[in-house]
Amino acid sequence: MDLHRHLDDELSSLRDRVLLLGGEAEQALERAMFSLNERYSDVARQVLDHDDQVDRLEVEIDRQCIDIIALRQPAARDLRFVISVAKMAPVLERIADHACNIARTAIDLNNEPELKSVLDLSRMAEHALSMLRASLDAFTSSDAIAAREIIQSDSEINDLYNHTFHRLIELMVTEPATATRDARLLFVAKHLERIGDYVTDICELTVYMAEAAFIKHSIKS
Amino acid sequence: MTLTLNRDLNRDLRSAPSVVKTKVAVRNLDFFYGRVQALHNISIEIPERIVMAFIGPSGCGKSTFLRTLNRMNDVIPGTRVSGHVSIDDHDIYAPGTDVVELRRRVGMVFQKSNPFPKSIFDNVAYGLRINRVTRSSSELADRVEEALKDAALWNEVKDRLKTSALSLSGGQQQRLCIARALAIRPEVLLMDEPASALDPIATSKIEELIFDLKKQYTIVIVTHNMQQAARVSDTTAFFLLGKLIEVNATEKMFTAPNEKLTEDYITGRFG
Repeated sequence: MDLHRHLDDELSSLRDRVLLLGGEAEQALERAMFSLNERYSDVARQVLDHDDQVDRLEVEIDRQCIDIIALRQPAARDLRFVISVAKMAPVLERIADHACNIARTAIDLNNEPELKSVLDLSRMAEHALSMLRASLDAFTSSDAIAAREIIQSDSEINDLYNHTFHRLIELMVTEPATATRDARLLFVAKHLERIGDYVTDICELTVYMAEAAFIKHSIKS
Repeated sequence: MTLTLNRDLNRDLRSAPSVVKTKVAVRNLDFFYGRVQALHNISIEIPERIVMAFIGPSGCGKSTFLRTLNRMNDVIPGTRVSGHVSIDDHDIYAPGTDVVELRRRVGMVFQKSNPFPKSIFDNVAYGLRINRVTRSSSELADRVEEALKDAALWNEVKDRLKTSALSLSGGQQQRLCIARALAIRPEVLLMDEPASALDPIATSKIEELIFDLKKQYTIVIVTHNMQQAARVSDTTAFFLLGKLIEVNATEKMFTAPNEKLTEDYITGRFG
């Protein structure tokens, strides 16, 4: 029984680490958007400075997953949990990378005159953050139903992205002087849209973990 | 390589179940040691030419069940069996069944290698001689060679067939026992923890051998080593307290079993 408790401890520690990584990704995105909206470059620099820590955390999770697989040979739900975490960690790290890219854009734009507010960009960010938080909650509680609902809500981000895309293209045409800066915002929108896709990946992994069902690429298992 | 092939076959089996013939069929089997019921209402079908692993905690009845498949329990006084076990649709417990012939068709390899204190050649030839299977010494030699090759032992012993089997290593002795079982060309091979006393290299050889043998034989293996069950078998059956809890494709069993009891056992949370 002690050995089993040891495995439980390791799985619990792995869960804590991946949630920590999720929290870091969430905070990075929140801060990057804050720095963009509030034109506060110091916060953007904090996001960039913190990224090494996020990378280290991802590597630690990788190592821990490999150690558990090699030494404990988990099976069934334990195996699905470890595999899900191993695949989730790089996704979370990429979300943090997108946040860094937004932070870099924020620093660049903050050095230039303020642009007209593109309202949907903030709504996209709020939705992406809300999806990310909900996906981590669904993972924590192994809630496949919630995970599926979050996947459905990704279409909202996609719709907002399309709207933002067209709005920014319009602005580029009507106000060519700000086109370069608008193009940067277009990249921000794309980063947020990709984050929505990554959250979908997290939710698909949660469904796999909870139900052993593969739902990615609309494949039914 | 072995694992990939194994998994491919699993997929084939599931995608085309209709082409798989049932070799062993068990229905409502109960087994008693005196008044103690060791097996409860076991029903299972074992398809031809696959490896089926029996797993479960000590005392769960998996070895007892294995021995019901060639009536090896008959030799234990006070035992009683009810229900049906058929091989190729013939009830092996029907009155008048030739038990010697049954055990020729359903060979067995035990946990501890048990070579006779005879030469390597004579160990393999033993079953052929007592069953009077061969008509000439050259045919006997051919069959011994064939069995040793099937057991992946020929290259290691071909130059010393007359030396004592007891001079072989533990792993070689176990493969010799497998060769001895194969010499009489059984259709089903029962293996009761065949690698539990072997080191990892010898174990690996036995596992590779099992994989090769399933091209010709239906193999049922009892193992306490769940990784071994995962590595060598196409289907896995989980036993608990004399009951068959779940039978499933091995990859399903080890990633997403249907039964909570199975999950608790294979994740080590049992009890």
